[in-house]
Amino acid sequence: MPLNIGCTARPGRGRDNKTGSWRVFYPIFTEETCTGCEICVLLCPEGCIEKKGEKKYVPDLDYCKGCGLCAEECPGDAITMEKEEK
Amino acid sequence: MKEILEGSHAVAEAVRLCRPQVVSAYPITPQTHIVEALASMVADCKLDAEYICVESEFSALSACIGASTAGSRTYSATTSQGLALMYEVCFNAAGMRLPIVMTIANRAMSAPLSIWNDQQDSISLRDSGWIQLYAEDNQEALDLHLLAYRVCEDHDILLPAFVCFDGFILSHTYEPVDMPTQEEVDAYLPAFNPYQRLDAKDPISFGMYATPDYYMEFRYENQRAMLRAKEAIVRYGTLFKEQFGRDYSGLIEGYELEDAEIALVAMGSICGTVKDAIDEMRKDGIKVGLLKIRCFRPFPDEEIAAALAHVKTVAILDKNVSLGSKGAVGLEIKDALYGSSIAVYDYILGLGGRDIRKKDIRAITKLAEQGSGDMFYGLREELL
Repeated sequence: MPLNIGCTARPGRGRDNKTGSWRVFYPIFTEETCTGCEICVLLCPEGCIEKKGEKKYVPDLDYCKGCGLCAEECPGDAITMEKEEK
Repeated sequence: MKEILEGSHAVAEAVRLCRPQVVSAYPITPQTHIVEALASMVADCKLDAEYICVESEFSALSACIGASTAGSRTYSATTSQGLALMYEVCFNAAGMRLPIVMTIANRAMSAPLSIWNDQQDSISLRDSGWIQLYAEDNQEALDLHLLAYRVCEDHDILLPAFVCFDGFILSHTYEPVDMPTQEEVDAYLPAFNPYQRLDAKDPISFGMYATPDYYMEFRYENQRAMLRAKEAIVRYGTLFKEQFGRDYSGLIEGYELEDAEIALVAMGSICGTVKDAIDEMRKDGIKVGLLKIRCFRPFPDEEIAAALAHVKTVAILDKNVSLGSKGAVGLEIKDALYGSSIAVYDYILGLGGRDIRKKDIRAITKLAEQGSGDMFYGLREELL
């Protein structure tokens, strides 16, 4: 993020503020048990889970805050939360 | 042209000459006469500005923030509880780096309710990132508004400023003032040229959030801008002197200070009383002088240390108290003189409109000579 005078930002430039550093736990997606229901994509408050292929969902760790909603709601228990090592 | 005006009306005239495009304020004693006068000027087409009536001081300064981000020169005025209600907004204006100028007609803080003068209100906002200038008389109050806009709008500074003048003692007192013409003010203060502004065709947001990875650097930049303002105030104060003949080239001012052994340090209207007391004491052979602080934020620590290097004793007259500690000016002077052998004493006086007379200044000078200080001066012992 640039140090603009007055902390100004252009539309969409909220992306400059990477919020992934807030995270304590991060999600691990298991393709074998994934049903491809996409509930995780719909529920993610950050909208940072992207479909990369059949039953392949990838969180953008620059923005994932580690809330764990995806893991909690996943019907196939295909998402687990792991402690972040920093 | 010389005129006899009430202090509030002298300030209102000065503000009119600065051509603010948006004025938003909420009435509160003893500031009300300023914004009443400005409202009349707008109604009478003597000032081409939007006058935004609001329901509180919080909204008044918030409206100024909106107008300033939209690219307007903005003005407000308040005091005491009104300024306290703006607390949050003050920090936002400074962080967004908006050159808003606001007059503070200094008044005591409640409780107990007091409409009378001390400087607790603006002193309590010392950490908010606003430049703070203090006027000794109504001429200086008038002039400092021109200087404040000139400094604040410099693209190397971009900070808001309080112009502080003592409530009632100045705001409600008629004094002769030399009122500059519109042409003279226009020559000194160019039209507002915003560094950046809200524009629907090229949208930006002000004051976005900063995570722990960035916040400190924004604060550091604010601090650097504040420190740069010292040089800018001197530069534009010098320019003012060249154009209007009145000298504001210093963040501080000395009176009989060169050969003084005791220095009194003060801010605001009390300086006039102190100068009269010094004249009397000099006749009695007491080597006493005054160091007047015109600019409290940024604090001129190095300038003060240099100006006081030769004195034996310093007595600070504080019209505020940081409860549980000392007077705010006293604390800063002690910091500025740290490591020197000068005896430094702080005196808290004049709170809530308690009169300060020449004999009080003489008594404090004597107390400092005797090595007695860091105390409330002038308490009514029979009440305690």
